[in-house]
Amino acid sequence: MSPEPRLALSKPVSDEVRKTTCYMCACRCGIDVHIKDGKVRYIEGNRDHPVNKGVLCAKGSAGIMQHYAPARLSSPLLRTGPRGSGQFKAISWDEALALAVDWMGEVRARDPKKLAFFTGRDQSQSLTGFFAQQFGTPNYAAHGGFCSVNMAAAGIMTLGGGFWEFGSPDWDRTKLFVMFGVAEDHDSNPIKIGISKLKSRGARFVSVNPVRTGYSSIADSWIGIRPGTDGLLVLSVIHELLKARKIDVDFLVRYTNAPWLVVDAPGTAEHGLFARDDEGKALVWESVTEREVANGTKGARASLSGRYQLEDGRFAVPSFQLLAEKYLDDRYAPDLAAVETGVSADVIRGLAAEIARVAFDESIEIAHPWTDMNGERHASFIGRPVSFHAMRGISAHSNGFQTARAIHVLQALIGAVDCPGAFRFEPPYPKPVEAHPTPHGKAEHFGSNKPLSGPHLGFPRGPEDLLIGPDGVPNRIDKAFSWDAPISAHGLMHMVIANAHAGDPYRIDLLFMYMANMAWNSSMNTAGVIKMLEDRDEATGEYVIPKIIYSDAYASEMVAYADLVLPDTTYLERHDCISLLDRPISEPDSVNDAIRWPVVEPDRDVRGFQSVLIDLAGRLKLPGFVDSRGVPLYKDFADYIVRHERRPGIGPLAGFRGVAGDRVGRGASNPDQLKRYIENGAFFSAHIPLEAQFFKHANRAYQDFAVKMGFFDTPQPVTFQLYSEICQKFRLSAQGLREPVAPETHRERLEMAFDPLPDWCRPLEEAGVDRAEFPYHAVTQRPMAMYHSWGSMNAWLRQIHTRNVMYVPGAICDEVGLSTGDWAWIISHHGRIKVEIARSDAVNRDTMWTWNAIGKRKGAWGLSNDAPESNRGFLLNHLIHELLPPKGDGMRWSNSDPVTGQAAWYDLRVRIEKAEPDEVSRPTFAHVGRAGSTHPSPAELRYGQEWSE
Amino acid sequence: MTMLPTLPTPKKLGLVIDLDVCVGCHACVISCKEWNTGGYGAALSDQDPYGSQVSGTFLNRIHTFEVVPEGGEVVGEAGDARIVHFPKSCLHCEDASCVTVCPTGASYKRSADGIVLVDEDKCIGCGLCAWACPYGAREMDLAAGVMKKCTLCVDRIYNETLQEIDRVPSCVRTCPANARHYGDFADPTSKVSMMVAERGGIDLMPEQGTRPVNKYLPPRPRKPLASTLPLAENTDGAKGFFAWLDGMLDRI
Amino acid sequence: MHPAPSIILFTTLSGLGYGLAAVLGFGLLDPSAIATKFAHILALALIAGGLVSSTLHLGNPQRAWRAFSQWRSSWLSREGVMAVLTFVPLGINAIASVWSGRYLPLPGLIGAVFCGVTVYCTAMIYASLRSVQAWNTEWTPVSYLLFALAGGLVLASFFSALGGNAYPLLPLLTAMAIGAAWLAKAYWWARLRAMAVLSTPETATGLGAIGKVRLLEPPHMNGNYLTNEMGFRVARKHAARLRQIAVISGGVLPALLLAVLALSGDISGAPAVAMSGVAVLLIFGGTLVERWLFFAEARHSVMNYYGS
Ligand SMILES: Nc1nc2c(c(=O)[nH]1)N[C@H]1C(S)=C(S)[C@@H](COP(=O)(O)OP(=O)(O)OC[C@H]3O[C@@H](n4cnc5c(=O)[nH]c(N)nc54)[C@H](O)[C@@H]3O)O[C@H]1N2
Ligand SMILES: Nc1nc2c(c(=O)[nH]1)N[C@H]1C(S)=C(S)[C@@H](COP(=O)(O)OP(=O)(O)OC[C@H]3O[C@@H](n4cnc5c(=O)[nH]c(N)nc54)[C@H](O)[C@@H]3O)O[C@H]1N2
Ligand code: SF4
Ligand code: SF4
Ligand code: SF4
Ligand code: SF4
Ligand code: SF4
Ligand SMILES: [Mo]
Repeated sequence: MSPEPRLALSKPVSDEVRKTTCYMCACRCGIDVHIKDGKVRYIEGNRDHPVNKGVLCAKGSAGIMQHYAPARLSSPLLRTGPRGSGQFKAISWDEALALAVDWMGEVRARDPKKLAFFTGRDQSQSLTGFFAQQFGTPNYAAHGGFCSVNMAAAGIMTLGGGFWEFGSPDWDRTKLFVMFGVAEDHDSNPIKIGISKLKSRGARFVSVNPVRTGYSSIADSWIGIRPGTDGLLVLSVIHELLKARKIDVDFLVRYTNAPWLVVDAPGTAEHGLFARDDEGKALVWESVTEREVANGTKGARASLSGRYQLEDGRFAVPSFQLLAEKYLDDRYAPDLAAVETGVSADVIRGLAAEIARVAFDESIEIAHPWTDMNGERHASFIGRPVSFHAMRGISAHSNGFQTARAIHVLQALIGAVDCPGAFRFEPPYPKPVEAHPTPHGKAEHFGSNKPLSGPHLGFPRGPEDLLIGPDGVPNRIDKAFSWDAPISAHGLMHMVIANAHAGDPYRIDLLFMYMANMAWNSSMNTAGVIKMLEDRDEATGEYVIPKIIYSDAYASEMVAYADLVLPDTTYLERHDCISLLDRPISEPDSVNDAIRWPVVEPDRDVRGFQSVLIDLAGRLKLPGFVDSRGVPLYKDFADYIVRHERRPGIGPLAGFRGVAGDRVGRGASNPDQLKRYIENGAFFSAHIPLEAQFFKHANRAYQDFAVKMGFFDTPQPVTFQLYSEICQKFRLSAQGLREPVAPETHRERLEMAFDPLPDWCRPLEEAGVDRAEFPYHAVTQRPMAMYHSWGSMNAWLRQIHTRNVMYVPGAICDEVGLSTGDWAWIISHHGRIKVEIARSDAVNRDTMWTWNAIGKRKGAWGLSNDAPESNRGFLLNHLIHELLPPKGDGMRWSNSDPVTGQAAWYDLRVRIEKAEPDEVSRPTFAHVGRAGSTHPSPAELRYGQEWSE
Repeated sequence: MTMLPTLPTPKKLGLVIDLDVCVGCHACVISCKEWNTGGYGAALSDQDPYGSQVSGTFLNRIHTFEVVPEGGEVVGEAGDARIVHFPKSCLHCEDASCVTVCPTGASYKRSADGIVLVDEDKCIGCGLCAWACPYGAREMDLAAGVMKKCTLCVDRIYNETLQEIDRVPSCVRTCPANARHYGDFADPTSKVSMMVAERGGIDLMPEQGTRPVNKYLPPRPRKPLASTLPLAENTDGAKGFFAWLDGMLDRI
Repeated sequence: MHPAPSIILFTTLSGLGYGLAAVLGFGLLDPSAIATKFAHILALALIAGGLVSSTLHLGNPQRAWRAFSQWRSSWLSREGVMAVLTFVPLGINAIASVWSGRYLPLPGLIGAVFCGVTVYCTAMIYASLRSVQAWNTEWTPVSYLLFALAGGLVLASFFSALGGNAYPLLPLLTAMAIGAAWLAKAYWWARLRAMAVLSTPETATGLGAIGKVRLLEPPHMNGNYLTNEMGFRVARKHAARLRQIAVISGGVLPALLLAVLALSGDISGAPAVAMSGVAVLLIFGGTLVERWLFFAEARHSVMNYYGS
């Protein structure tokens, strides 16, 4: 026996560790990038980081392969062949910027709305939005409209902040966690850390999801619901809770609008609105003195039920009376709900009972005194340790706004909002609707060579805030904030190309896009959108959408459709700012923001897009980006991060402000700020004092903290809006009772959708097609190891999901005679795809599913033309249309939530037919030329071989 | 070194995999790949990385199984069929058949801590050890022509240039769901030993006689909601409800 | 298991070679005949060729010498050591025959025994793997040995006919050996069919207590080293057909030819050479198919994780 070999066990991992922020998804974890010989040796999670606490997901660890992917673009490109051909010539940055300024400047002077600027999941909306506002086009939004605006809008309008990025479950204290429709979400590492933690404590995890993979696979209880019916399930639970009197009356009186008086004057313009005093404060009924008083009057004992005559003679009822009457109705009884939801009545009752038991019999207490906004002292924080979380399984339905509202109402009814053990807000949320701007883009808001008079996006308080012309014609290209989608707080990016192509409401001259793969996976009806991008005006021979400027970092499908390509760096090569002005990464106990910085230098002729945008703004001499003499204010994005101020003392970053770097939140700009961030691990974290950690919506200490931090200039407490007056205002317009009056065509739809108390109705596509002809649902899920289309250029990640199959429930397989490996046609009202299937029994009986965005177009992403992604993989998007099937009157509505414009990806109804086996999935697409990459794709990779001895 | 250590190793280092919390995220798969592709031995190569036949060497892989109880049918709540995400890497077996078959002595089990390793300088790439391993824990690197396998991150766990807290395998450190635990199974008081005792940790394919060191914690039984005691209902309708409500308000 | 051509060729060729060498070692052929000299050379060539082909699949053949070191535990190492050792007596035999037309009983018998031991080692490489239940039986070495013997005898019959001094007993012996080899194989197959499966997806995952275990998603969508190496599966119908071909070509036909040769008694010269030559080709082909099936029909326990 020879002796065991001696191993070098203590080799240093790298020459240097550079700490920055991951970008492989929107979770924004802290990473330690190990650099060896100038190359990336290893990426691991930053243990000190508030988001991921040291862990890292598959995508994050695969950052190496993303950073060195052959699909990286390497210089600005000008299109030379027809759109889609992938024929470009490399040009210099000077040429590219001059061309862009030429195109953009001309539009700005002539008619700024002819430029539409839309961005993807870029996480820099505070800059892109500011740019668009200074440019002056009303047509700006990020991707939220096709992503999760239902979640955001319902959350803000109900609680002042919803799930998504506004809060999270109290992972350390919750005893019952109910999750709706989540496969992965933005908070992907915290959710995994959290679920594991709560399970190890013996807390119970319930997942409501038609598919039982991922998180659902480890749930203690899985509710395999039929898609689009969660609203009914939740309302049925509310029905049960009300019947059993399991509600937190004290919480309702203190923190919600349950006691607010609703005017009862049918047929008038005030019906269903809150009775208010002269200052606009809502009135409640003081039941001891039997008179109306303003909400918040000290010592008042507000009534929650009854019908009262006000001093002005009108009648009014507490909103809670309306709520209770509505949900106690038997149409929400479990036995009825079971029919639609596919969830047995016993399970619905069991869920309600479990929620009630944990909320009320297992309440917890943190013995720490605090003071509420009325000046009342409380000895402790009482917690109802039931927490909820929901995402796109709820929001990507046309009834998602109301469903998300229903979940929030449920939370408030049991007093489980921002208390120990429940869902808790993450600063700067909660933030009442009133603290958000109203949308800007009315005719008087913009014009030639001037900035838009205010931010594009916000929350209309009523129909009077819509961005429409005299005949109700939408002002915006995406028809956001029009009768089609009145509260489209994030715009409708998924409608931009279709509307611009149809010239409805008008044509545009220049489409400027950043980081959104609209020619592929982020569009509905992908083939149709490709055609629209390729379509030419017969008269002029010019493209119907004449000019497209696009910024991407990689050779995506969309690059092939751009006329001018501005190549971005990878996330390891540029400055980025994860700002509290934008999409925060705070935790319930801490206020956090972060940066990225160039931890490696680019080896190609590429520039960070934000710096390019600032450069363009300077050349266009946009106010806010140049001084009074027209000299650019900022050298680049790093300079902007440090010196830009939104309000005095408030800049993109909250940490290390002030000349000495010792100020937090508010303070003068600090030239060393970025250095301090880098030293601190590329993030900043301020702890919230314990006294301010709960009931933030009504906690004096928190509100003071928020003002001190600069979230607000005055306290902004939130009263939870169970009953939505804003919705009622739209309803009144739909009933012809309120100005502006809704057009006839929209009335029925608005009346149904804008119920001031959340209600459930069938998703629009399901209601619009023959349910027997299309008996099943088809949905996608996020694969944990892939981020949309980016993952496929990554040599390590693509091995996990080289292609996708359709998972079909066993019962359907048996009926249609399918087994794993067979091929089938999946057919919707809009199209058909031919794909390979696999049997699955752990899924709702009526629902088939596949992974999202695995299918790729031939030629894109630096992959060979025979890559399985393009030959065997497929997109479900080919079955989803951006419009609903025509109604009797020939009118085709957008396939979106009628309240928010949220794209209804998951309303899809299909049927399935067995097909002959095939070599390739259908439809097939011509290949796009390989755009502009100078990096050949090697035949073999041996990354790191040079470091092995 | 092809003989196994004659005495039980004083330490038995290995992993516990908790199937009750693994969500199948593949984080450990990629973390393992990136750690090991610049670390111990030859790089973990990928063939045809951007083409149709893409396939590379991995030391840890996640399988997804569907488990259908006999007679189980899919019902509203929690259909009885469940999904289990199943990570698999080398189990560092006590009777490692991969070691004894190795003709060159490249494969060996360390006598100090029981880690099973391949000395790549000796490996001829015959592939026999991969055949002998019942678990599929060894993969030949096609570029280097040597056998690769989980090293239990031997170049991390003893690495004095790392902070103490980081001297754990890459996959363990990265797992977001905390489904992977590393420790010494020879010590009955170690965290891993206690977890195994408490949760009924199991061996994979005990019938293969390999006596794996790594243990798997089975998924906990699920808790059906349907059997929760329903709420006591009041049948006195809305009127009764508002009367109750008034009573509640009086008490506030 | 994936039937790797180099390994199939190796076990078949070296089996024939060792079989022939063993027959020569027993002195069953006229040592002075030219044909016998050729037989010696062919035996060595087959063995050497087999060994060379077995190194074709090595990742690092330049280190192959290291494979002699682990004879205490590794059957592969033992096989290597034995192969080399066996060359010594076989070489002496061959030299004696080629140079001086003599048969040396002691090295001859030692060589024959060594041949048997080497073939046994080869077989034990497979038979010792519990992970491949089909192989993990004493019938594996038995059939390997009998196939080597039968193949060697067929070759010997051919050379004996070629040398013109046909032992009438030899073809008879050969036919019997062929029968024995296939009988052993029949046992092997019967066991394969009847055996209670040792490892299942349920034992592989430990999830059997919950229910029936089925792969939903493989860890990587394309194949990997393991599935390429061990994921081979031959369709049952296909296997049955191949078995028939193997039995007929490698068993029935050569046995018949040799039986006719033995029983007729007076076939000699060219017809005898032709008949035994055809038998050689038949048994070679039949054994190749049998070896192919030996791999293709064997299921590796790792496939419990890969859904087949
Ligand atoms: N069927 C179906 N379709 C869907 C969904 C679904 O669930 N089902 N989900 C929808 C949702 S929620 C979303 S958010 C969309 C997402 O859809 P997209 O936002 O289009 O998703 P990505 O594929 O990530 O595309 C973004 C583009 O950004 C580029 N990019 C990556 N990194 C950088 C960088 O550093 N700089 C620049 N400039 N560009 C970069 C990528 O190369 C890619 O071309 O998909 C939607 N589409
Ligand atoms: N790894 C990874 N992480 C990502 C992304 C990614 O591409 N990859 N994308 C990011 C983006 S842009 C987004 S928007 C988020 C989205 O994160 P998720 O919200 O997790 O998005 P989806 O994968 O669309 O998951 C929706 C889930 O809802 C289920 N579902 C569908 N219909 C219904 C229904 O009617 N009711 C219920 N209860 N469930 C339903 C589906 O089965 C699926 O499990 O993820 C972000 N995080
Ligand atoms: S979840 Fe993963 S991809 Fe997203 S930021 Fe964190 S480590 Fe990166
Ligand atoms: S799991 Fe396989 S490779 Fe690892 S020690 Fe056991 S037999 Fe050897
Ligand atoms: S492949 Fe290498 S480690 Fe495995 S048995 Fe052969 S020589 Fe030993
Ligand atoms: S211990 Fe190390 S080598 Fe083994 S699977 Fe984990 S990361 Fe990979
Ligand atoms: S990292 Fe953890 S949760 Fe993810 S697959 Fe690996 S073991 Fe499972
Ligand atoms: Mo999204």
